[in-house]
Amino acid sequence: MKVGLFIPCFMNELYPKSCVATLKLLKKFDLDVEYPMQQTCCGQAMANSGCSKDMKSLAYKFVDTFKKYDYIVAPSASCVTMVKEHYEPFFHYNEDYNKVKVSIYEVCEFLHDVLKIEKLNVKFPYKVGLHNSCHGHRTLRLGSASELNIPYNNKLKNLLNLVEEIEIIELQREDECCGFGGTFSVSEEDISIAMGKDRIADHLNSKAEVITGADMSCLMHMEGIIKRDKKPLRVMHITEILAGEF
Amino acid sequence: MSLYNHPLKAKEFVRNDERMHWHDKALWFVREKRDLASKSIPEWEKLRTYAAQIKSHTMANLDKYLLEFEANAKKRGIKVHFAKDAKEHNEIVYKILKENRVEKVVKSKSMLTEECRLNPFLEKRGIEVVDTDLGERIVQLRKETPSHIVLPAIHLKKEDVAKTFHEKIGTDEDNSDPSYLTNAARENLRQKFLNAQAGITGVNFAVAKTGGVVVCTNEGNADMGATLPKLHIACMGIEKIIPRAEDLGVFTRLLARSATGQPITSYTSHFHSSVENGEMHIVIVDNKRTPFLQSNSYKNALNCIRCGACMNTCPVYRRSGGHSYDYVIPGPIGSTLGSFRDPKIYKTLSFACSLCGSCSNVCPVKIDLDSQLYTHRQDLREKNIISNKKRVTMQFAVWLMNRPLLFSFISKLARKTIPLLPKAVIYNKYNIWGKHRDIPQMPAKSFKEIYKEEFKND
Repeated sequence: MKVGLFIPCFMNELYPKSCVATLKLLKKFDLDVEYPMQQTCCGQAMANSGCSKDMKSLAYKFVDTFKKYDYIVAPSASCVTMVKEHYEPFFHYNEDYNKVKVSIYEVCEFLHDVLKIEKLNVKFPYKVGLHNSCHGHRTLRLGSASELNIPYNNKLKNLLNLVEEIEIIELQREDECCGFGGTFSVSEEDISIAMGKDRIADHLNSKAEVITGADMSCLMHMEGIIKRDKKPLRVMHITEILAGEF
Repeated sequence: MSLYNHPLKAKEFVRNDERMHWHDKALWFVREKRDLASKSIPEWEKLRTYAAQIKSHTMANLDKYLLEFEANAKKRGIKVHFAKDAKEHNEIVYKILKENRVEKVVKSKSMLTEECRLNPFLEKRGIEVVDTDLGERIVQLRKETPSHIVLPAIHLKKEDVAKTFHEKIGTDEDNSDPSYLTNAARENLRQKFLNAQAGITGVNFAVAKTGGVVVCTNEGNADMGATLPKLHIACMGIEKIIPRAEDLGVFTRLLARSATGQPITSYTSHFHSSVENGEMHIVIVDNKRTPFLQSNSYKNALNCIRCGACMNTCPVYRRSGGHSYDYVIPGPIGSTLGSFRDPKIYKTLSFACSLCGSCSNVCPVKIDLDSQLYTHRQDLREKNIISNKKRVTMQFAVWLMNRPLLFSFISKLARKTIPLLPKAVIYNKYNIWGKHRDIPQMPAKSFKEIYKEEFKND
């Protein structure tokens, strides 16, 4: 099984530790993982700003880079959503895209649904709050959205529960948005900050020591506020906990 | 600066942190009630699918159902009028009132008459119009617009209401007890009901097969307005039609649960004729609705049954307030309706959204609200309505991302230089990200570099 590792552009530059954790986590399961060097960006920020036609070339580049792999795995639910949900208009009945579309997975989804892992052999003796990022939660359905009347499941929690000594705390609002939203974080700065602060307060009130999640972009936004406000919370990408890399 | 600017209005609302959080919590409370109510029905998700299908079917055959409705209503002695826009709607209503020598009207909440700006139109012509729903009455006395379609005065606290009522209807200035204020409003309104010569109501559902309309309220005031005076005028948009009375149950089960978490509204009133020796009129309005029917991307927005659930769940609405949208209908549904009707004026609305998708999940008729807002953004770019700065920045980003080596080089440079810069240089006024957030700590190496050095030849 040949796996192409897709690392979002900003994670590559700013969060190499989470990327290494993702790679090590995948390697733990004896997979043939490769990181194609020519990859850059899926184009999400541009598309969410309205400029999807401008980033068509990035979509082609992405498909071209990743079409040869059996699976494409990324530590970012929102970038996976971009490829799965928003590339369609550029690729009408295109075989390569259709293959990419069905073989791309967010890393937790991949571990949970494809590898169906049952053991991790790692410990994380902390109180952890899970931030269900919107794209992962509602688009990729990594967890059941609280709005829906469907049986409860949360793939991220299922994985975290494989970690020894971890304590997953309950939040008041399980799946409220953190307010990042790509360029929303800048164009609607006041609301974005207010949402981020509330999300952090929910974790603090529930006595979390660590916030984790499947989207580094949400975590980056909250980390920025946490650091500025000097709050006692650590931020970690979920792969760091699952890989025991912290 | 344009008035139609969501971020600017949101800034104003957020500035009062205590009130903003109060607003957020009040609406979240309603959202939680809605969750409980929806989960009490095992077939909830099926009902939503069914409702969406009924609505989509009706909209695809709207001409047929409108004519069927008109014929059946006429058979019942109801007079049916069609208006192509707000102006025509207002003129028709005025003409009916004038013919009946009406000077005083009681109205029960109708967002359509808000959309058509009926009140100022009639008031200018010497007719007194009194909104009779408590929330609507409060905002009317304050000369404001509703900030929510179901909870029109949700932006106000009881102290604000006490102040307004003291000034306008003479209540005790310091008494903000809700029962006291409600009783005062009721007493004041009773006189208005007794003196009114006509009642105007909105319409929640118009049943094609029966030719009657259904109005859902919690205060019973629509019934008072429609039955005390001899003249009843019901105003509705063309999209309010449903085919059969049997379909109604699907919607009434969804509507109140989605709106307020109640199993059903206190009053679900069916009007199938005028009161004895009276007249009943129905005014059916298009006002820029038909273009939706032709639009593949946005036609589902017409399926909306105006429950307000998308507002209650929207994290942006809860923290920015309904007035920040500057459109008659706020929140996610208002953003998509407004953006389609007038993209230039409402160009900031599709961006007043973090694309969290919760609105589409709560919507009882499954409108794809977040996808619509995403698509509106693409349309704005196509029509050249987004700012040049944004367009050029995004085009530059694409150009750069198509050059992996250059991107790596620039990023490396940034990672090396930023840690050396004094804070004042990094956190300048152009760095909006950094106003209330620290920027991430710059790592020594990118993942790409680490991969090349440590993992590539594994």
